[in-house]
Amino acid sequence: MKPKFEPNAKYQPKEFTFKSKKKVKNILANYPSNQARSGIMPLLDLAQRQMGEEGAKAKKPFGGWITRAAMDHIAEVVGQPPMKVYEVATFYSMYNLAPVGKNLVQFCTTTQCWLCGSTKILEAAEKHLKVKIGESTKDGLFTLKEVECLGACVNGPMIQINDDYYEDLTAETMVDVLIALTAGKKPNVGSQTKRHGSMALSGPTSLEKEAKKAGVV
Amino acid sequence: MLQDKDRIYTNLYGFESFSLPSAKKRGDWDKTGEIIKKGKDWVIDEMKKSGLRGRGGAGFPTGLKWSFMPDPEKTGKPHYLVINADESEPGTCKDRDILRHDPHKLIEGALIAGFAMGAHAAYIYIRGEFFNEGSAVVKAIKEAYDAGLLGKNAAKSGWDFDVYLHRGAGAYICGEETALIESLEGKKGQPRNKPPFPAMAGLYSCPTTVNNVETIANVPTILRRGGDWFAGLGINEKNTGSKLFCISGHVNQPCNVEEEMGIPLKELIEKHAGGVRGGWDNLKAIIPGGSSTPVLPKDTCGTITMDFDSLREAGTGLGTAGVIVMDKDTDIVYAIARLSQFYMHESCGQCTPCREGTGWLWRTMQRMYTGNATIDEIDMLYDLTKEIEGQTICALGDAAAWPVQGLIRHFRPEMEARILDYRKKLKAA
Repeated sequence: MKPKFEPNAKYQPKEFTFKSKKKVKNILANYPSNQARSGIMPLLDLAQRQMGEEGAKAKKPFGGWITRAAMDHIAEVVGQPPMKVYEVATFYSMYNLAPVGKNLVQFCTTTQCWLCGSTKILEAAEKHLKVKIGESTKDGLFTLKEVECLGACVNGPMIQINDDYYEDLTAETMVDVLIALTAGKKPNVGSQTKRHGSMALSGPTSLEKEAKKAGVV
Repeated sequence: MLQDKDRIYTNLYGFESFSLPSAKKRGDWDKTGEIIKKGKDWVIDEMKKSGLRGRGGAGFPTGLKWSFMPDPEKTGKPHYLVINADESEPGTCKDRDILRHDPHKLIEGALIAGFAMGAHAAYIYIRGEFFNEGSAVVKAIKEAYDAGLLGKNAAKSGWDFDVYLHRGAGAYICGEETALIESLEGKKGQPRNKPPFPAMAGLYSCPTTVNNVETIANVPTILRRGGDWFAGLGINEKNTGSKLFCISGHVNQPCNVEEEMGIPLKELIEKHAGGVRGGWDNLKAIIPGGSSTPVLPKDTCGTITMDFDSLREAGTGLGTAGVIVMDKDTDIVYAIARLSQFYMHESCGQCTPCREGTGWLWRTMQRMYTGNATIDEIDMLYDLTKEIEGQTICALGDAAAWPVQGLIRHFRPEMEARILDYRKKLKAA
């Protein structure tokens, strides 16, 4: 179940409409015409991204989150009672129901990443940003969050910041990523040891011919 | 050992682009229309002949599963193929590589599988965290439409077919097929009671088959090379073909690799993952198939082969083939306790034994790893897992119970020692 610490934001903008009617139409076109309810999840995601775009321009930046008004608007769009949207928004962990930092830093600490040292990564980030897990920095740039397995286990320990995975981290590279983001730069996404996808770091044990052709070894 | 000529996923590591021209060079979309023109019965027969078993964990024969779909003319309803790309099982990251490096295998497989079950539409349900992987799939779908490989008369097969991508939003439970269908309908991801099975009433109450990404992506190659080729690989007639293994944890070179079904676990780790950190003797235990499968102690690891049946005989399972290796320094009680926390977090809250029981497991396991417990609480913990196992609508309850059971079965002396040690320290203080 979703943890109970983020039910409602104190600050709730009263109005919400989707900026792009075309995107809404495209989403609903993916489902049979009498099944608009299927659009709830992608529309919640769209609303969250729209808020995130606004947040990036704000004086004190914030990341994407879903307002009550947005949920009510989505209920109208799909022709369902608002409760049907609330229950979806509160069930899934990726919908932020309160403002978050511009960079939502999600730490995988499930067994596999823990075996590979996720605790050190987490401690390094906490120490660097001077906040604890579950908290946000005062400048609105970062929120730290603990999440369950993100499905990149052979590249552990890894984290997700907004849409991107940062893999094969060490305490040092973790801090490097945070420094780059603070400076407004985009760090290299994916493996921080420059390894090719999920291939063994020392070189492939299969598909050697293909690797040679691609100039990997 | 699997030879390079028998590999299905030749772009597993992303050496080449995932896009259509590269995919075609690798052999995807080669005469797909002609395969479909051989007919539905031929496709299903060939799949049965190949012996392919579902790659999502349960290992149900794929051809048989498809044959459960009713005749579209009799039902008068649209049929759906739903592809489960909600890969969230701790230790598993194989589907991610297919989605980001070889999405055309998946889309081509969707067309053929959809045709075989009378479906004109497929939904790929991808976990929300895989944003970039999902974007690769969206691009690949668009390329396929533009090249006439999807849509009306897809790939000149005479069959109309559409593929859509639906993104999840961070719920492990949506990997369960009926929860996935609920989620796709825009509801909370809570599993449904079965029967009715999805083949009778699934998505929008229409006949539906839910298949794993790897299962579907295997299909085009199997049909091009023949079911007999696939059945010729593997360890026996019930465990055929090749399989993607994810080897993670305390190994020198963690990696994903495609290998033959039934490869000895020790060979898999030593050949592909650079061996256990500190040598084989430094091994403590291995979780062979993702977090839901019970842990194996070192003695068994040296002899076991990686296939559905031998692992089941050893009291565990192949699951998703996410191999998690733990060396002697590992606090195995915490490692399993952390899994209990995972299941507590991911329980959907629908069935009481699971909703309450997973919390109890985590709280008791917390005391087990500090040692602040009594010896008979180990038995209580075991009883508790038995109260959860089999008492719930879906298998999440079982999956939460099994790792704890495996721990007690194989590492009880270590748990007891920790409790006694804690007492000793308390007394000394």
